Amino acid sequence: MTALLYVDDLKVHFHIPGEGLFRPRHKMLRAVDGISFKLEAGETLGIVGESGCGKSTLARGILGLIPVTSGSIWLAGEELAHLSTEELRKRRQHMQIVFQDPLASLDPRMTVSEIIAEPLQVFEPHLSKEERKHKVQGIMERVGLLPNQINRYPHEFSGGQCQRIGIARALVLKPKLLICDEPVSALDVSIQAQIINLLMDIQEEMRLSMLFIAHDLSVVKQISHRVMVMYLGKVVEATTRDELYHNPRHPYTRALIDAIPIPDPAIERNKSFKPLQGDLPSPLDPPSGCSFRTRCPMATELCATEAPEQQEISEDHWVSCHFA
Amino acid sequence: MTRAGQILEQSSQLQEIKGRSLWQDAWQRLLRNKAALAAVVVLTTISLLVVAAPWFSPYEFDEIDWDLISTAPSLENGHIFGTDSVGRDLFVRTLHGGRMSLMVGIIATLVSLIIGITWGATAGYIGGRVDNIMMRIVDILYAMPFMFFVILLMVFFGRNIYLIFIAIGAINWLDMARIVRGQTLTLKNKEFVEAAMACGVSTPRIILRHIVPNLLGIVVVYVTLTIPQVILVESFLSFLGLGVQEPNTSWGALVNEGAQDMESAPWALLFPAGFLAATLFCFNFIGDGLRDALDPKDR
Amino acid sequence: MPLLEVNNLRTSFHTNDGDVYAVNDLSFSLEKGETLGVVGESGSGKSQLVLSIINLLASNGHMEGSIRFQGQELVGMKPREINRIRGNRIGMIFQDPMTCLNGYLTIARQMTEVLIHHQGLDYASAKKHSIEMLDAVHIPDAKSRIDRYPHEFSGGMRQRVMIAMALLCQPDLLIADEPSTALDVTVQAQIIQLMNELQQEFGMSIIMITHDLGVIAGISDNVMVMYGGRICEQAPVFELFENPSHPYTQGLLQSVPRLDTAGSVKLHSIPGNPPNLLRLPPGCAFVDRCQKVIPACGWQQPPLL
Repeated sequence: MTALLYVDDLKVHFHIPGEGLFRPRHKMLRAVDGISFKLEAGETLGIVGESGCGKSTLARGILGLIPVTSGSIWLAGEELAHLSTEELRKRRQHMQIVFQDPLASLDPRMTVSEIIAEPLQVFEPHLSKEERKHKVQGIMERVGLLPNQINRYPHEFSGGQCQRIGIARALVLKPKLLICDEPVSALDVSIQAQIINLLMDIQEEMRLSMLFIAHDLSVVKQISHRVMVMYLGKVVEATTRDELYHNPRHPYTRALIDAIPIPDPAIERNKSFKPLQGDLPSPLDPPSGCSFRTRCPMATELCATEAPEQQEISEDHWVSCHFA
Repeated sequence: MTRAGQILEQSSQLQEIKGRSLWQDAWQRLLRNKAALAAVVVLTTISLLVVAAPWFSPYEFDEIDWDLISTAPSLENGHIFGTDSVGRDLFVRTLHGGRMSLMVGIIATLVSLIIGITWGATAGYIGGRVDNIMMRIVDILYAMPFMFFVILLMVFFGRNIYLIFIAIGAINWLDMARIVRGQTLTLKNKEFVEAAMACGVSTPRIILRHIVPNLLGIVVVYVTLTIPQVILVESFLSFLGLGVQEPNTSWGALVNEGAQDMESAPWALLFPAGFLAATLFCFNFIGDGLRDALDPKDR
Repeated sequence: MPLLEVNNLRTSFHTNDGDVYAVNDLSFSLEKGETLGVVGESGSGKSQLVLSIINLLASNGHMEGSIRFQGQELVGMKPREINRIRGNRIGMIFQDPMTCLNGYLTIARQMTEVLIHHQGLDYASAKKHSIEMLDAVHIPDAKSRIDRYPHEFSGGMRQRVMIAMALLCQPDLLIADEPSTALDVTVQAQIIQLMNELQQEFGMSIIMITHDLGVIAGISDNVMVMYGGRICEQAPVFELFENPSHPYTQGLLQSVPRLDTAGSVKLHSIPGNPPNLLRLPPGCAFVDRCQKVIPACGWQQPPLL
């Protein structure tokens, strides 16, 4: 079976104008620097990393919301990276995105029905008003919104309900690929669980492929089949979920897992671990060699001079580390 | 079934609930603002008077009565605002001047609105080099001395009221374009615009459906502050003798005439000046009220 | 005598749409050296609770009841007097350090100001003390870094600076309002560890406000769970996590995705949405989301057991 989404050596670089007045030195921000992965139909790939690791840029690059520098993106056997803007716009009905900030992603001046119907107006303009309304109400019911709320405005809803509206808008065209960019990190714990469950149900029902981006490993563990850990624009580890959580091989993955506080005082207080020291280096000025070496407890001179290659240490378990 | 489930069940059988849009919210807040509400009432009265009253008055605005030159206001002879130095009825002239002033204010503002929004929204949304070029053009036009520009127009094309509309509109859209561009830049980076792009909505449609409606709040406020500004500019031009020409008149022209005989006939100055000031006040109060109503966080 | 004693605190805000009761009839006490974790979702009133304690409510806010800090009544205290306590006896850390640090002043200026104002030190000794404090929160090379501006620090470093500033006068109470929420996971772990370490060193009491049950588990002695402006459960930390008795606490604990469970068990979720503080039900605020609801919940305020 061929993968639904295949990303090969994707790079998204930004030019950052320098600060000098007369001789501005242009800097290159390598937000996404050579990322490859496959996503099968009906599969969820979790992408984890701290802020600035390029995970959101990766999502926007795949959707074509920002121009990619090089590499290729194959969606259902078709190359997207080199399509014209207009051609790409047409492919958007097969891939949709759910954003992090539920309220900000909804136009405050539009009613719920206008928001959800917008993709329909673009891609299915032949629908009559009744058909459109019927579709909108159907999807609203599916995501757990009351269909009689169709004429309300986003500011009249709570954060969790707004996120449901965002999900309804993304699903109304029945896309093949759904990209979720930290969809629950702005929500309260009890609402988070509702949204995660909803996404999992819908994914199964519609056989969606999902890219689930988060900074929280515990949320990703809940929803993903496979997980990819990113650090400074590169993949450091990628494998199936159970393998990653039981047998993390990259020191960064291990640190991430250790850093998550567990809601059980008996475990949390007896945890003996040293949190990673220091902060994320600036992506404008990444370290030489392995980009994690400045915070890595295992770093040696080799790490400073040579960037580790991605290697498959066991079946379907990829790690970029000299010591994996 | 749980209780929550029952509630859900019940409420889904209810009628469709009508939402309350941001505009309706703002309107509610505006109604609570006493000063703005009073200003709306006064302004509406003035506008109605200005539009309707000349039709009911027994005098024409350019009708000269050589027997009654510079008479004080009196109810007996029907000149309730008195007459001016050539014996024309000041009541009709004040209202007729008001027509002209309000018309200049509204038309010039509309002109600047249309050009300004299109220009600013396009520059802001497209960004990059296009934005750079478009905004430099604005800067260059800004640098042109306004008075010089008006006098030049007058010299070339003769004194014409439409030239005043053009001249004022041509200057005022620059401010509007800058404001709109700034707003567009912030709106453009909002997630809902990105969401629209991800839904495959085309660029013109995004500008029309998402950017412009969200700009309207600030634009409405700015309009209520631009109209009085334009009225003032026209008054100033008329005061200098560059504005409307006899026998047509505007509040500015009337104030100019009145000021010449201020000592002997103060009514000729006071009535038009009073109307002018009241109108300006009202617009400013409404503008302030709207700003508070549309952006409650800034209070 | 407890360090802080709050009795029947009620904080309301007057808005155009009616009065909002953010904190409803809340009582608790905090001993010296104790860490109280306050958990709650947005709108539970947890942030307004701490703003009430330090008297920093918005202008339309109003509070009733009693807050006694070291025996002194804080409700109704004059601004001059409360200023002497705030920043001196009570330190504060907020979620976003950038909103509390002035971007136009160097760290040195901002830190020494506190000491000069509250303790009457001269500049040189104030600066020396500030550098020691930055060392205590593990800011590398504090001596030269102190002369920099806030934007030259990373998010985690800024939060460390905030903690150092809050601890400058060695307060008896440190209030931390979601100090790690805006930070990355690895940095959050550093900050939590730092706070534990500093508490052992300085012995202050801490009120830790967060929505993260994991953080609460790691740092607090006692936990207070808030919902709709009221306490719905208060217990020692082990007791609360092992044996939660309020249905909301139970639901909350079950809805957190956990790393230490195997595979992907479907999450339990609490149906419905947090209550609207404008229209709180007369009875229990959790009534329409609760699994164990009985008719009395609708009209009777449940007692705190």
